[in-house]
Amino acid sequence: MEQQVELLMGNEAMACGLIESGCQVVAAYPGTPSTEILQAVADRRATAEEPLHIEWSVNEKVAFEVALAASYTGKRSAAIMKQVGLNVAADPFMRSAYLGVQGGFVTIVADDPGPHSSQNEQDTRLFCLQGRVPVFDPASPAEAKALLPLAFELSEKYEMLTVLRPATRICHSRQNVRLQLVQQLQRSANFKKDPNRWGATPAFLPALHRKLNDNLVAFAAEPAVQPRLTQGDGSHARLALVASGIVYGHLVDLLAELGLTDTVDLYQVVLPYPLNSAWIDTMRADYDRVMILEETYPVIEMQLAHGGAFGKQSGDIVKEGELTPDVVHEALARFLDLDAPAPAPANSRGQRPSLCPGCPHRSAFYSIKKTFPKGIFPSDIGCYTLGINLKAVDTVHCMGACISQGAGFYQSYAQDSGDDFPTVVVTIGDSTFFHSGIPALINAVIQKARIIVVILDNGTTAMTGGQPVPHLGRTATGAATRAIAIEPLVRASGVEFVACCDPYDSDALEAVLKKADSHIRDPQGGVAVVISRHGCLMDREVVKSQPRYAMEITPDCIGCRRCVDAFECPALSMDEATKVAVLDPDRCIGCGTCIPVCPVHAIKGTSEGELS
Amino acid sequence: MKQQIIVSGIGGQGVLFLTRVIAQVAVNRGLAVLTSETHGMAQRGGTVLSSIKVGDFASPLIRAGQADVGLLLWDANLGVHQPLLREDGTLVISSEQPGVGKRIAATKLARELGNAVLANLILLGLAVRDAVLFCSVEECEEAIRQLAPARFVEQNLAAFRCGLEG
Repeated sequence: MEQQVELLMGNEAMACGLIESGCQVVAAYPGTPSTEILQAVADRRATAEEPLHIEWSVNEKVAFEVALAASYTGKRSAAIMKQVGLNVAADPFMRSAYLGVQGGFVTIVADDPGPHSSQNEQDTRLFCLQGRVPVFDPASPAEAKALLPLAFELSEKYEMLTVLRPATRICHSRQNVRLQLVQQLQRSANFKKDPNRWGATPAFLPALHRKLNDNLVAFAAEPAVQPRLTQGDGSHARLALVASGIVYGHLVDLLAELGLTDTVDLYQVVLPYPLNSAWIDTMRADYDRVMILEETYPVIEMQLAHGGAFGKQSGDIVKEGELTPDVVHEALARFLDLDAPAPAPANSRGQRPSLCPGCPHRSAFYSIKKTFPKGIFPSDIGCYTLGINLKAVDTVHCMGACISQGAGFYQSYAQDSGDDFPTVVVTIGDSTFFHSGIPALINAVIQKARIIVVILDNGTTAMTGGQPVPHLGRTATGAATRAIAIEPLVRASGVEFVACCDPYDSDALEAVLKKADSHIRDPQGGVAVVISRHGCLMDREVVKSQPRYAMEITPDCIGCRRCVDAFECPALSMDEATKVAVLDPDRCIGCGTCIPVCPVHAIKGTSEGELS
Repeated sequence: MKQQIIVSGIGGQGVLFLTRVIAQVAVNRGLAVLTSETHGMAQRGGTVLSSIKVGDFASPLIRAGQADVGLLLWDANLGVHQPLLREDGTLVISSEQPGVGKRIAATKLARELGNAVLANLILLGLAVRDAVLFCSVEECEEAIRQLAPARFVEQNLAAFRCGLEG
């Protein structure tokens, strides 16, 4: 039967690929650009032929380990994360390479060259080289889907962990993609105990390591994973182009636009690690010069070690940022001695992002900055990173780092000045707190740090589009589950000062922050936790449930810019002609949180009752 | 048939929905299509850009000077994204100010229809009216019916028709 063609985002295409491959356990932690994969698995779960467990795990390490054990029972499973999520899952990942798997196991790790929405542009292919794990690099959404059944099959054949590495331009591209029949594997959970392998002590590891190395050689020689050659017509003899991932697509389109299709030997590498040594030998023997296009690090180029390489390691291609079609054009022109393209226009990013109008984080940040103008403000990963625009965020590092960094700031200042330390106010989102904030909080308490931790609790994982959090009592599929409340967790971590308030009530929040400051400075005090609780306004129910005011800026405005610069609501801007603040009615949601910000009370809100 | 289209705006303006409608028309007609979208932090009110390539392409991204059509929902993005357009490419811009390209006060009209975010489909209507895009009126209406949540279908179609009338 002919299957349907759908317009699918790369992430949706991969979700279909997982279901079609008979995958039965899928675990993920949200992170751009990978998030929509698990969401789409949940949305399409009715198409699965067999039971399918889908979970938003509390972090990537947990997601990986859940999926790994499912593989031990012989079922197909997958873990999904963004590139920096693999750092969180690095510990189990590295050992899994040695111990291997039973049922097919694919880890989908989405990279973000650019980066567009990440704290770095690390290359998962290099991570896999270091971990000795085979990694696939798809060049389109359709190919990302098509590679999944292959990755599962080879994972089972060699009992090896495999990785699929889509980049942002795969995840967030849409394409016409043909669906396939869903496989029915009819597997029952059957964990075959083998402590020498699944609990391998050092004595068993050299043998497992040897088997891994042998498997890597055989895996690399599999016919289905060989670099795919589009033969040239000989007009560029002894030259070759090698590309992997989305850059291959850019190159194909560019060659077509320049009229160079089929004039030069072109290889698409679908498995950048491990490369087949026979192919490496051929490349060295058959070509004098080889252009290598890959994102982000020179992983193929390093393995190829070709004397005539034209790539990142050789210094011929820019090492940082995305290899956009314009970058590829410029490099290809130098490699093939073509006319140089006109210099690309300077890359302007346009309007900077900011917290949404009415965002409760904005109110919390404004109160924190106002209460502690000289405070130190470590923050974390999420929408609230944008508190940097309000100068209420000084550091952003990686998931959960803010609490430990806050403690480190305290220890360093306190040893110089004793009781006269600056107030350290840490801000962490609720999802990030569950992800990796809890061990850091326990550590801060037992090391007697004196810091204020503000948990920005908006009841969701907002940045990635609203995935459920552990205190919501909802699973990835919307089913009810036990809710884990934040307050008891905080108290059980040894925190004696725990207060909660709505940041829309700025007077109340500022009073609580002052009390928290007294607590951290009290001889009997320690860590203070303030929970700033107000739902995310991306949830329409939250917007509907709060009062909406008809807002106006009166002629009393003196043009001091405080509401525009220090509060930074996207609905407020300066009229450069009249030098007063103006309100954009299309963007204002009537929350009224800007009212107390104006020093001359020129921002007025008239109650319209509870409108939608 | 080959066409390269950019859709430019800021987060929250419905750039993604407009992108999907155009791409869905291609799929419905059996044409190959690739799009690229902005997700993540930039969606929080920052500049966003989508590209749509209809026909035989391998990459979703558009090189400088190659786009046939630019649909701009935020006229301040003109300086940022105009370089993607061919010299003979067509700009369709939501703006109340005079200037280059075909212009329509889409946000103002959308507000009159009840929601400023409908500007995206008003802009599409204008582009289709002037035969700038590869798609027909009927094809766009079909795609809107497929993609809009049921309770918004009529409102979305009204916005599209508002653009058709210019």
